[in-house]
Amino acid sequence: MDSKRPDRRRFLKGGAALAGGLTLGAVEPVVGQLPGPEGFIKGTDELIAYGERSRFVDSVRIAHPPGSRPSPDEFGLVFHVAAPLQDSVGVITPSSLHFVGTTRGSFMPDIDPRKHRLMIHGMVDRPLTFTMEELKRLPSVTRTHFIECAGNSSRSDRRTAQETHGMTSCAEWTGVPLSVLLEEAGVKDGAPWIVCEGTEEVKGSSSIPMAKAMEDCLVAYGMNGEDLRPQQGFPLRLMVPGFEGIFHTKYLRRIKVVDRYYMTYNDYGHLTQDPDTAALGYQIGPKSLITFPSGGQELPGRGFYEISGLAWSGGGAISRVEVSTDGGRSWSDAEIKGSANRMAHTRFGFSWNWDGQETELQSRCTDELGQVQPSRAQVAEFFEVPLGPSFRVPGRDNSIQPWRVASDGSVHNAIS
Amino acid sequence: MRFLKLLPVLILMLMANSALAQSPTYGVGRTPSAEEIRAWDISISPTGEELPPGSGTPEEGALVYQRKRCGGCHGPEGEGGRADRLVKRDGGSEADPWAWGRVLPIRAPYATVVWDYINRGMPLNREGTLTADEVYALTAYLLYINDVIGEDGVLDAQSLPQVEMPNRNTFARVPDWEPGMPRLQGYPY
Repeated sequence: MDSKRPDRRRFLKGGAALAGGLTLGAVEPVVGQLPGPEGFIKGTDELIAYGERSRFVDSVRIAHPPGSRPSPDEFGLVFHVAAPLQDSVGVITPSSLHFVGTTRGSFMPDIDPRKHRLMIHGMVDRPLTFTMEELKRLPSVTRTHFIECAGNSSRSDRRTAQETHGMTSCAEWTGVPLSVLLEEAGVKDGAPWIVCEGTEEVKGSSSIPMAKAMEDCLVAYGMNGEDLRPQQGFPLRLMVPGFEGIFHTKYLRRIKVVDRYYMTYNDYGHLTQDPDTAALGYQIGPKSLITFPSGGQELPGRGFYEISGLAWSGGGAISRVEVSTDGGRSWSDAEIKGSANRMAHTRFGFSWNWDGQETELQSRCTDELGQVQPSRAQVAEFFEVPLGPSFRVPGRDNSIQPWRVASDGSVHNAIS
Repeated sequence: MRFLKLLPVLILMLMANSALAQSPTYGVGRTPSAEEIRAWDISISPTGEELPPGSGTPEEGALVYQRKRCGGCHGPEGEGGRADRLVKRDGGSEADPWAWGRVLPIRAPYATVVWDYINRGMPLNREGTLTADEVYALTAYLLYINDVIGEDGVLDAQSLPQVEMPNRNTFARVPDWEPGMPRLQGYPY
């Protein structure tokens, strides 16, 4: 509430100035009355039915990566779209701003939920198909989880938090635990894998270990308090908390219980020769990002700022976030805001008085498994490879993002 | 002795338990027919067990490639188009197939992956319109132009899974995932 005070004072002053400038007899409120708004929004049937944000709020998604394939393209195909994390508050990404990834540029499937079916078959006692109505009859859970695209990796030529990290988002998901459906079908002993498949044009499918399927996967129909959006797999998607984005099968239509790793096209797409890279490219590592101040933003001057950011890990809940305001020389604990949910974006804050000198801001997090977010230098040292501009963190890049605050208050990506 | 007395009870309890585990809890959902499952199930195992009848040769595949205008996106001979390259790059070492680029018909560890992807995902915007024979033929053509099979190779449900792809044994397996597992043992990050 305190933050509102300067605004109110300014309004009061402005109101007084305005009143003073008017001719006598004008029907303006006298000093001492509460100031009114500057304008009004006329109610429309559309706004009553489904609201929209203020015209003064202009945070938008962008095609990703910058300068590459456009979304939409000239035909209306959509490829990758990044979320404006630099504008984010709290941990929920609004559905309209959630990042979008597609396995290849495609049209969004326009699925009639009354016709949609989910089939579970393969190594089960009873193959089953479910309508959406039937799925919604089953016991549901609601959980907050992030999804992060495998390619969400910062580089020196990316300027903003959206460009460096915008292919992650976090939402509240509602659906049926996959274990409930698999138990309903009765998984045969020794079935180690499932293959999950979508309804879109390429029917993208991935192999997922049975241990993960039974642990915490979710067949989700709800997102942020309403039905899934088409861009997120309406009417049904699989949530595979903490695994890289491609496993979160959209437009889910089929789950086949199988006796081996099926090497689907999606699985093939992530093949590597190196076992360490394969392991590090499966479950998302501990990762954090300062969203304010971040690249492209400007600090108006020295003084107090709450540094704000997001931390997440595929290994579980975030247990600690540290912030450095001196380029990684010293670290202090940040405050975790609210509860740190497992495999979910976690908001952190850190009180900072900027002295107006050039400096570098960094954040790093630790998860419940004790995994610590590394700097690029630490990863290079671990693998005994030189740290140069061409160095790529093996597997999914979870390295620390440094932001340089220049003495004029401008903020820049400090990866060299 | 006491244990022996209790044994029948224990056995009965175990039986009751397993009977419970085997019966559905909610009884929601419908049993699909075998025909329905066959129509929906387009997954192809590396063993090829789901492959349908049919066959194709590289020569037939070259004709299908022309007739279906695959070259419009992939280039007349699998390169130079807007879509993914389909023929390995020159200059890669014979000993290291990974140097040939991310080209499906050469990097895929099993020929079934090539068959499966053409079948489920091609041609763009007309997915699912190819016959099984056409998919076998296209797979044979792509494996032929990548020197995986010979000109006289015939692919069908039996021969396709037997094709020795160069990467069959050179890719890294994903870890056996378990709850609470760090990404990589001994890696602090």
